[in-house]
Amino acid sequence: MKVLVPVKRVIDYNVKPRVKADGTGVDLLNVKMSMNPFDEIAVEEAIRLKEKGAATEVIVVSIGEPKAQETLRTALAMGADRAILVAAAQEVEPLGVAKVLAAIVGEEQPGLVILGKQAIDDDSNQTGQMLAALTGRPQGTFASKIEVSGDAVEVTREVDGGLETVRLSLPAIVTTDLRLNEPRYASLPNIMKAKSKPLAQKTAADYGVDLSPRLRTVQVAEPSKRQAGVKVGSVDELIDRLRDLGVAA
Amino acid sequence: MKSLVLAEHEGGAIKDATLAAVTAAGKLGGEVDLLVVGSGVDAAAQAGAQIAGVSRVLVADDPAFDHALPENVAPLVVQLMGEHDAFVAPATSTGKNIAPRVAALLDVMQVSEILSVEAPNRFTRPIYAGNAIATVETGDPKLVCTVRATAFEKAARTGGSATVQPVGGAADGGLSQFVGAQQSHSERPELTSAKIIVSGGRALQNGENFKMLIEPLADKLGAAVGASRAAVDAGFVPNDYQVGQTGKIVAPEVYVAVGISGAIQHLAGMKDSKVIIAINKDEEAPIFQVADVGLVGDLFKLVPELTQKL
Ligand SMILES: Cc1cc2nc3c(=O)[nH]c(=O)nc-3n(C[C@H](O)[C@H](O)[C@H](O)COP(=O)(O)OP(=O)(O)OC[C@H]3O[C@@H](n4cnc5c(N)ncnc54)[C@H](O)[C@@H]3O)c2cc1C
Ligand SMILES: Nc1ncnc2c1ncn2[C@@H]1O[C@H](COP(=O)(O)O)[C@@H](O)[C@H]1O
Repeated sequence: MKVLVPVKRVIDYNVKPRVKADGTGVDLLNVKMSMNPFDEIAVEEAIRLKEKGAATEVIVVSIGEPKAQETLRTALAMGADRAILVAAAQEVEPLGVAKVLAAIVGEEQPGLVILGKQAIDDDSNQTGQMLAALTGRPQGTFASKIEVSGDAVEVTREVDGGLETVRLSLPAIVTTDLRLNEPRYASLPNIMKAKSKPLAQKTAADYGVDLSPRLRTVQVAEPSKRQAGVKVGSVDELIDRLRDLGVAA
Repeated sequence: MKSLVLAEHEGGAIKDATLAAVTAAGKLGGEVDLLVVGSGVDAAAQAGAQIAGVSRVLVADDPAFDHALPENVAPLVVQLMGEHDAFVAPATSTGKNIAPRVAALLDVMQVSEILSVEAPNRFTRPIYAGNAIATVETGDPKLVCTVRATAFEKAARTGGSATVQPVGGAADGGLSQFVGAQQSHSERPELTSAKIIVSGGRALQNGENFKMLIEPLADKLGAAVGASRAAVDAGFVPNDYQVGQTGKIVAPEVYVAVGISGAIQHLAGMKDSKVIIAINKDEEAPIFQVADVGLVGDLFKLVPELTQKL
């Protein structure tokens, strides 16, 4: 069984995003970029499935600018076998990404596609569900546990009320949540080895997909800022404040 | 404009997040229909018919729709979208699971977690963990969106008189099966609709301390209990306590953060609270930049004192 893992290059989660003065977006110039954290978890899970013998090959794919190659190399250094870069100039939307991925699924026929539940830049939380729709496959979103057995996969999902387990027939689509695993760091020898692993260069046109956006961003603004308040010196003063708020009797 | 709102229900009652979605759908202009799915859902359908602003309740009563399996629910919604212009779902784990599947089947982009309706095709939504607010316009022929519950008033539970109408069609596609759930049960108010929340972070060190310090304080205040990701990852509390960019979004009257540093991912989930109170031993902790009232010191000393004096 092949496992396909889509990875997105995004602003590093430790960086505080700054809105551009002209209101056209967030300033990404000279900002540290990394693999979307949920995608690292997805890559890790795929590699573990291979180590357990449940998967035969791990393929990573990214749709974006040429620099997304770095993200793919990181995934290869973690242990993925080969990579596909689908070049795209403009910012791509989940629907467009899902269409490219659906075409790749058609070519590669992976038993599982593991995506992140959410990209931390657009915070869309859509791509995996859309890919499942376009391929007619079942979906296990927000996974905290994945168990492949025979022709099915059991996925434990983090939902609003706790945890929920679903059984999906393979092939299936899974999206990762934070508790699925702790991704490994790539070792130096593996980083060196990753440089010679195959990385195919494609375009959306190769897959017959039109990536023109459906949403137009009219404006990007800063949220209203909170002012820091006061510091109180004791529990008694805090209780006074709570009383003022009507919270404490 | 005709909207279809996905109803989330439990034990015959409609959940709060759905009421916010009804309000958002109302702002699109035109009629609002409510979709109730599952088996034996009469009570929920009747409750839905009372909600102010709902014209019709469409009921798909079939075991295939139990547990809101998206593989079964999405085709049903797509079928109903023949006579609707918009599909509106609450941005809950259920809504987020189903709505994008519907959007892709309709070949439209979903607008995720809308904060406001500026026009029937124009919305604001948070990006980058709420560090930026984007205004977006869709050119798609149908609208699919999810609604952030804290950004809209809840529609009134009574005052409406919708007609109830059965719908059917798409049933079990056989792709997925519900196996079981591990629901966390609590006597406390639900996190996303609580007026007061007490949240604990990594500083609590273990689940025992969380129980002995955070819970009694929450009980004294009649509050719900939340947590940072670090506290959930470390196993102090279950996953559904997590507040933040990738957890629950809350906006209570009062949010008390105990031993939480205030990472942007945590702030994303609680910075719209009316009043924020922080207890942290590090006076430089970023949480103090958003806190209305801060108390610097050791939580192991301060929290028991606070609980006792309340
Ligand atoms: C993709 C991604 C998604 C994420 N999503 C979320 C999310 O949804 N929600 C979330 O919360 N986080 C999220 N995070 C994690 C976030 O970045 C932080 O790591 C996390 O919020 C830190 O939790 P914390 O504040 O409890 O721990 P820490 O940052 O370790 O802070 C502990 C605080 O406790 C204080 N302290 C220690 N001892 C005491 C004491 N005795 N008395 C008083 N104070 C004390 C310290 O001064 C410190 O400020 C996410 C991260 C990533 C990468
Ligand atoms: N441009 C992209 N290239 C590769 N994978 C992507 C891309 N955009 C989104 N994804 C995948 O889809 C997931 C969810 O993204 P989103 O729907 O944008 O929140 C991510 O975690 C990735 O796994």
